[in-house]
Amino acid sequence: MNSFLASSDPLLNHGVTAVVLLIVAIKVFVGFAVLMASVIVMIWFERKAISDMQSRIGPQKWGPFGLLQTLADGIKLFFKEDLVPTQAERFVFKLAPYLVLIPALITFSIVPLGGTLTIGGHQVMLQVANPPIGILIMLAMSGISVYGVMLAGWSSGSKYPLISSIRASAQMISYEAALGMSIVTVVLVTGSLSTHDIVTSQAHGIWHWNLIRLGIVPFVVFLIAITAELNRPPFDVVEAENELVGGFHTEYSSLRFALFFLAEFMNTITMSAIMVTLFFGGPAGWIPPIAHFKWVFPIIWFVAKTTAFAFSYIWFRAALPRLRYDQLMDLGWKRLIPLSLGWMLIVAGFMVSLSWGLLVAAAVIFSYVVLDRAFRLGEARGKEGSSILPSIGERPLPGYILRRHTNGDNLNG
Amino acid sequence: MAKWTDFFGGFKLTLRHIGRPTVTNSYPKVKRPKQPRQHGRHVLNRYEDGMEKCIGCELCAGVCPANCINVRGLDNPIDHPVSPGERYGYTYEINYLRCIHCDLCVEACPTQAITESKMFEFSFTNRSDAIYTKRELLVDDQGQPQRLPWEDWRSGESDMTGGWMRATSPSGDASLEGVVQWTGDLGAGIRASEAGQSGEGNDAATGSKQIRNVFSRHLNPEDVPENLRGINLLVTKVQSLIPKRGN
Repeated sequence: MNSFLASSDPLLNHGVTAVVLLIVAIKVFVGFAVLMASVIVMIWFERKAISDMQSRIGPQKWGPFGLLQTLADGIKLFFKEDLVPTQAERFVFKLAPYLVLIPALITFSIVPLGGTLTIGGHQVMLQVANPPIGILIMLAMSGISVYGVMLAGWSSGSKYPLISSIRASAQMISYEAALGMSIVTVVLVTGSLSTHDIVTSQAHGIWHWNLIRLGIVPFVVFLIAITAELNRPPFDVVEAENELVGGFHTEYSSLRFALFFLAEFMNTITMSAIMVTLFFGGPAGWIPPIAHFKWVFPIIWFVAKTTAFAFSYIWFRAALPRLRYDQLMDLGWKRLIPLSLGWMLIVAGFMVSLSWGLLVAAAVIFSYVVLDRAFRLGEARGKEGSSILPSIGERPLPGYILRRHTNGDNLNG
Repeated sequence: MAKWTDFFGGFKLTLRHIGRPTVTNSYPKVKRPKQPRQHGRHVLNRYEDGMEKCIGCELCAGVCPANCINVRGLDNPIDHPVSPGERYGYTYEINYLRCIHCDLCVEACPTQAITESKMFEFSFTNRSDAIYTKRELLVDDQGQPQRLPWEDWRSGESDMTGGWMRATSPSGDASLEGVVQWTGDLGAGIRASEAGQSGEGNDAATGSKQIRNVFSRHLNPEDVPENLRGINLLVTKVQSLIPKRGN
C-alpha cells in the first residue's frame, strides 16, 4: 500500500505518521478555503467584468467595489424558504445539489497550485492530492456532475427542468468525446496521467507548453468542449433562461439553489485551472533570482494564468450569442469529434516516427474530405425532399394533422 | 460578404467597451443632471415685492387634462392685499396622483404664477399627502421653492423654473421673439425671454443644452458634433471657461 502511494506523492515516502496526516489535513483545508474564497471573487469578477463590457457599474454597495455582494447574496439565499414541490421525487431532489457540488470540489484537488515545499523534512507538493490516475478523475467527476444536473431536472416533476436535464445529458455525451480525445493527446506526449507529471514535463520554457507542443488544435477543442461541459454561454442551452425559465434549477430555492450556483462557478474556476495545467504549463514561469520565497512565484504564475482563462469565459458570455440546440449538436458531432480524433491520430503517428506521422496525417486529411462530402450530401438530401419524410420546413404541424383527422380526410391523400 | 474575422468582432467590441465610461450611475447617491426643460413639481411664484402672482382665474384648472388642479379665487382684502389687482388664489391644490406634468397649466397662466421646477423625486404613503396645497407650492421669502422633508432636492433643480416655456417659440407670434412678456420673479428677477426658431435664443439664459452635446461621449464618432471632436473638444472646454462679454 505504501509503495503504491509513494509512487505519486513524496510526502508519503517515509510511512504515514501523525505529522504527515496533519499536513494532509491542512492541505485539504487550505484547498477548500482557497476554492471557496476564489468562488466569491470569481462571481464578483464576472459581474464586474460583464457590467464593464455592457457600460454598467455592476455590484457596488456591499464592501469595497462590491466585493461582498456574493456574501450578501449567499446570506439572502440562506434565509429563503426551502421549497420541495409536491410532484418532486423527494430523495433525489435533495440529493442532486450535492451530486453537482462534490465533484466540483474533488476535481480541484488534482490541480497543482505550485511547486514543492519542504516542511520539517517532508516534501510537500502544493496540490491537495496527486493520484496516479490523475486527469481521469476530472473526466470521471464531470461525468458524475451531469448526473446531478440530470437528476435535478428529472426529480423536480416539472416540464422545463425535464427538458433541461435531457439537453444536459445529450450535450454532455456529445462533448465528452471531443474533450477526452484532446486530453489523450496531452497524455500521449507526457506518458503519464498524473497532473504533477503533466506540469513538470512542460516546465522547461514556453516552447515545451502543450499548447505549442501539440499544435493549437487540442487546446481549441478543449476550450470549446469544456465551455459546453460547464454549460456556460454560448453553450448554456441547459439553463437558457428565455426558453426554459431557469433550466434544471427552476424548482430549486434557498440553499439548494445556492449550492448549484456555487458548483457552477467552482467548476468554472477548476476548469480554468485544469486548462492551465494541461496546456499552459501550470505553475511554470519565470522566477526572479532571489534567496527566499521562491515558492511564491509559481503560485502567482498559476493564479495569473487561471485568471486569464476565467476572464475568457466572461468574455465569451459577453460576446457570443447562444447556440441553437441543433447547432450545438452539429458543432459537437460533425466538427469537434472528427477534428480531435484526427489530431489525436496524427500526434500518435508522429510519436512513432516521422513517416508514420505523415502517413496518418494524409489519411486523416483524406477522411476529412470524405466526411465533408458526406455532410454536404446529407444536407442537400434533406432539402431536396428525396427523403420519405416531407422536408423540414413543410412538415405538417400536429394541430393540422388533428384537424384533417377530425374532418375525416385521408391523411396521405 | 462576411469575412471569417467577423467572428471576432463581438470580442473586439466588448473589450473596447471596458474602457468606455458607464452609461448608468449609482442612482440614489449620484444623480444625472436634470435637463433644463424637465417637468417636475410645480411652484407658485411671487412678484419681486413679495406679492403673489396668482389671481385665482382658474384657467390652469380649466386647461388641466388630468383634472388635478383645484383653484378658488377670492377678492383681495383692502387693508392687506395678497396679490396686486382684484382677486387672488384663495385655494390652490394639485393632486400629484393625477398630475401628468404636461405643463399646460404653465402655458395657460396669464401671470406666470405657476411654473415647474425640475424636482420629480418625491413620494407619499397615503393619498391625502399627495395633494399639495398653496402652503407647499408657494415659494418662500427668498423666492426659492420650499424643500419639503419628503422631497429629494439636488442643486440646480430649483433653477430655471419654467425653463421649458422660455426655450420654445412665443405662442405662435414671431414678433414676440426675444421680447420679455412677463414681470420679474422674487429671487430670480426678470427671466430670459422666449426663444423662437430664428437661432437667436439665449441658451445660457434659458439653460438649454443640445442633447448631442450632453451625450457626446456615448455617440459613434461620426455623430459627435464638430466642436466636440478631438482637439476641438479642448478648444470648446477652454472657451467655456472664459466669461463671455456682455452677458
